[in-house]
Amino acid sequence: MAALQPLDDVVGDATGTAEGAPADGATAAGTTAARTGRRPRGRRLGVAFWLAVAWLVLVLLAALTAEWLPLADPYLPDVSAKLEGPSAEHPLGADGLGRDQLSRLVHGARVSVTVSLSAVGIGMLVGGVLGTAVGYLRGLFETVVMAVVDVMLAFPSLVLLLAVLAYVGRSLTVISLLIGVLSIPVYTRVARANTLAVAQREFVLAAHTLGATRRRILFREIVPNVVLPVLAFGLVAMGVVIVLEGSLAVLGLSVPPPEPTWGDMIATSKTHLDDAPHAALIPSAAMFLTVLSLNFVGDTLRRRLDVKDAGL
Amino acid sequence: MTTTETEPAPTLLRVRDLRTTFDTPRGTVVAVDGVSLDVDRGETVGIVGESGSGKTVLSRSALGLVTARHATVTGSVRLEGEELVGRSPREMRRIWGVKAAMVFQDPMTALNATMRVGDQITESLRHHLDMGRREARATAVALLRSVGIPEPERRVRAYPHQLSGGMRQRVTIAIALACGPRLLVADEPTTALDVTIQKQILDLLDHQRRERAMGMVLITHDLGVVAGRTDRVAVMYAGRIVEHGPTRALFHERRHHYTDGLLRCIPRLSNPGHTRLQAVPGRPPDLVDLPPGCPFAPRCPAAQDRCREETPTLTDAGDGHQHACFFPVGTPEGEEALARNRRRDRTAEVAV
Amino acid sequence: MPLVLRRAVALVVTLLVVSFLTFGLTSLLPGDPAVQILGAEAATEENVAAVREELRLDDPLLARYVHWLGDAVTGDLGRSYRTNQPVAEAIAERLPVTLEIGLLALAIALAVAVPLGTFSAFRAGGLADRVITSTTFGVLAVPSFMMAILLILVFAETLRWLPATGWTRLTDDPVENLRGALLPALSLAMGELAVYTRLLRSDMITTLQQDSITMARAKGLPTWRILFRHALRPSSFSLMTVVGVQIGTIVGGAVIVETLFAVPGVGRLLVDSISQRDLMMVQGVALVIAASVVVVNFAVDLLYSLLDPRIRHGRAATAR
Repeated sequence: MAALQPLDDVVGDATGTAEGAPADGATAAGTTAARTGRRPRGRRLGVAFWLAVAWLVLVLLAALTAEWLPLADPYLPDVSAKLEGPSAEHPLGADGLGRDQLSRLVHGARVSVTVSLSAVGIGMLVGGVLGTAVGYLRGLFETVVMAVVDVMLAFPSLVLLLAVLAYVGRSLTVISLLIGVLSIPVYTRVARANTLAVAQREFVLAAHTLGATRRRILFREIVPNVVLPVLAFGLVAMGVVIVLEGSLAVLGLSVPPPEPTWGDMIATSKTHLDDAPHAALIPSAAMFLTVLSLNFVGDTLRRRLDVKDAGL
Repeated sequence: MTTTETEPAPTLLRVRDLRTTFDTPRGTVVAVDGVSLDVDRGETVGIVGESGSGKTVLSRSALGLVTARHATVTGSVRLEGEELVGRSPREMRRIWGVKAAMVFQDPMTALNATMRVGDQITESLRHHLDMGRREARATAVALLRSVGIPEPERRVRAYPHQLSGGMRQRVTIAIALACGPRLLVADEPTTALDVTIQKQILDLLDHQRRERAMGMVLITHDLGVVAGRTDRVAVMYAGRIVEHGPTRALFHERRHHYTDGLLRCIPRLSNPGHTRLQAVPGRPPDLVDLPPGCPFAPRCPAAQDRCREETPTLTDAGDGHQHACFFPVGTPEGEEALARNRRRDRTAEVAV
Repeated sequence: MPLVLRRAVALVVTLLVVSFLTFGLTSLLPGDPAVQILGAEAATEENVAAVREELRLDDPLLARYVHWLGDAVTGDLGRSYRTNQPVAEAIAERLPVTLEIGLLALAIALAVAVPLGTFSAFRAGGLADRVITSTTFGVLAVPSFMMAILLILVFAETLRWLPATGWTRLTDDPVENLRGALLPALSLAMGELAVYTRLLRSDMITTLQQDSITMARAKGLPTWRILFRHALRPSSFSLMTVVGVQIGTIVGGAVIVETLFAVPGVGRLLVDSISQRDLMMVQGVALVIAASVVVVNFAVDLLYSLLDPRIRHGRAATAR
C-alpha cells in the first residue's frame, strides 16, 4: 500500500506543467541557460488553476449542502433501476442496488471531504508544530523525535490501520483520526526540513544578532515561512487521503455501508464492469478530478510560496 | 587585418555584425550587439570585458553553442570561409571539436564528474577520427603528456575530482586539442585557478597555439592576462566592442575611456604606498533597458550631451586601432571634454 | 567504515522496535487464539487453558516477545493459528508472486520513464514535452486501484485480451503466468512511471544547462551520446533514491492490487490474516515486510555511493 507520504517534490516539480501554470519569474539574460517552461505570462494564475479551484469549491459545497439538495434518496434501493445507465430519472445512472448515483456521489463527497480535511488537519497541526519545534530547537529533542518518526515511517502502516479498524470498528471518525495520526511523521519531516532551511537564512541570523528571543524569532521569522509550504503540501496530501479511503474501501475497511463513499462506489462497481461501466467510471471521474485539482492547486501554490522559488 | 575575398582566406575566423538577443519576460535583451572580429591563423585575439559585457555569449554565439529557446543569433560567422550562423546542429557537429574547440572556465563543472578523464578524451577521438580503442587510448596518453600532465598512463584512468585544479584545466585543453582544431576559443581559462597555476596554463595555451599554428581567442576580464599574450585585443562593453587594436598600441595609446578606466584599475608596484585603488565608477548597464547613445556614458568621466544622444561607432585611427568614442582619450576633444566636466564637477572619476 | 556499521546497527534497532510494536499491537486484537486453534466445539475451558499454557499466551508481553524473537532469528516464525502451516512456509509460497508483480511493474515503469523523461527534458518547453508533462500529471491523480479497474475494463472486459483475476504459477505455465501478471503489474507501473518520468525530467533539465553538457556539445558528440552517456548518470540520483525506496516497499506494497486481481501474494496474506485474527501469521508477515523495507534502504544507500565516484572516493559531492 502506498505510504502515507504524498509525492511532495515530485508531483509538479518540473516547470512547464499544464497550460496556465506560471513558470517562475524573470531569469538573468546573457546566459545560455535554456528556458524550460513556456514564457511566463507574469504572475497571473491561469485558467486551469481557477477551474481546479472551482471544482474543489463545488465538491466542498456538495459535501456541506448534500442534505438540502433536491436529490434522490441515496439509500433507497430500487431493483427495477438496477445498473441503469444515465437517464432522466437517474442523471448519472444507478448502481448495483438501483440507488441513484448522482445522489450517492454528492453524499459521498461528505466522506471524502471530512476524512481528508480532518486527517490532514491533524497531521499538519501536530506534525507541523512538532517539526518546526524540532527544526529550531535541535539537540537531543531532535534526535529522539526524529528517531521515533523514522520508526513510525518504517512501520507497515497498513498493519496498524487494519488492526485498529478491526479492534475499534469502522467509522468516519475513527478512520479520520487514524489517518491523521499516521500522517503526523510526514508533516514533522516536511516542517523540520523547511524550518532548517529557513533558520539558516540571513534574516534569522540577523534577528538573532539583534537580540531577539528565540520565541520571537520562531513566531515572527520562522513560522510564516514554514506555514505556507506546509499548507501547500497539505493540499496535495488531501488528495492522498481521499485515495486512501478508496484503498480501504477496496479492502472492505472503509466507512461501512449503507453510507455512500466514493471509494466504496468504485470498489463495488468492479463486479459489474461488463454490464455497467458507468458505475465505475462516474465515481472514478469524481475522485480523479478532485485529486487532480488538489494536486494542481497545491503544487501551483507551493511553487509560488516556496522559500527557494520566491527568490529570497 | 583582413584580406580581400578573392584570395584563399588566411583569415581563420571572420565575424561580421554578430547579434544575439534573448527574449525574456522583462523584454528583449541584446547580449551581443553587432560585433565584428577577425582572427588569423597563428594569432591570439583577446576579448576583455567585465561580467555581463557579453564576451561569453559572444564566444558561444560565434560557435553556434547558444541553445536557449528564446535566443536569436544573426550576422555572419565564417570559419575558414564556411558560414556557421544558421547551421543545423547536425552540420555543426562536423565542426565542433574538429575545426573549432572551446576551453571552458571552470574545469570542475565543464568536465563530466562521473566519467574517467581518459574516456572523455577518447570519446572525441573515436567519434570524429574513427580510432580504435587501443589507438585512442595511446593518443589520449600522448595528449595528456603534451599538456604537461605527469604520469599520464596512470592519470588517464582518473576521475576529475582526483586531479588538482590546474591538472583539470590541462585535461580540458587536451580534450579541446584532441582532434586538431584550427581555432581554439578559451573562455576565461584561468579565472578558476590559482595565480601560480594561471601562468602555466597560459604558457601551455601559447605553446600549443604556436606548435599547431592555431588561431586562438582568449576571453578574460583580466587585463594582465591579455597584456603579454595576445596580438590584438578587443574591449567589450554592453555587448559591443568599444575599442579594438594591436595589443601594444591599445595599452600604450588607449582611446576609449572604458579601456582607460580598466587600465587605471590595475595597482602598480611603482606607486607610492597607500595610493588609493581606483575603480570604474557605477555598474554595468541593464541590457534590457539600454538608454540611447553610448552605453558607457553614465560612467564615463568625459561624457558630453552628444554621447547621450548619438551612439558612437567604431572608427579607425588609421593604424588598425579602432575605437567607438566621440571624445577619445588623449585627443584635444577628449581633453576638452574632461576639463569641461571637471569644471562642472560632473566627473565621477576618482582623482589620482 | 564506521558509517556502514552505524547504519547496520540502526537497521537492527529499527527491526527490533518495529517487531516489538507489531507484537504488542496484535496482542491487543480481540479474540482468543486458543479458541481459534481449537475451533468452537473443542474450545472447552480446560482445552483452552491447556493450549494457552502450551503457547505461553498468559506470559507477560515482553517474555512472549523475546521467546518469539529467539525463534524468529533461527527462521522459525511459528505456526498459523488457523491452518497450522508454518508461517515461514506460507510466506515463502507467497513471496515470489508479490516479487514478480512488483519487479515487473518496476521494470515496465523504468523502461518507459527513462526514454520518456530524457526526451521530455531534451525538448523541454516544446509541444511533446508539454503533452508528456500534462499527461503524467494526470496519471499521478489516478491511484492504483482506479487504474486497476480501468485496465480491467479495457483489457479484460472490452478487449478480452487479458484475464481479470486468477493466477497461474510461473512453473506451471510461463505464458499464462505472464498474462495474469501483466494487468496487476501495469496497475502499479502507471503511477510509478509518472513519478519517475517527472523526476528524471526535472533533474535532467538542470543537468542539461550545465557547462559539462555544453562542453560535450562543443566536442561535436552526437545527441544520443550526450543524453545517455553524459547527462543521464548525473541526473539519476533523485530517481535512483525513489526507485530504491520503491523496491523496499515491493513486498508490502501490492495489497490493493493483489486483492483486486485475486492474486495469492504476501499483501493479501497480511490482510486475510488480520481479518481472521491469525496473530502468528500477522506477526511474521509484518516482520518480513518491515525487514524488507529497512534492508533494501540500507542496500540502496550502499549502491548510491557506487554510482557517484565522488562519494566512493570519500570526497563530498561538489558542484550540486
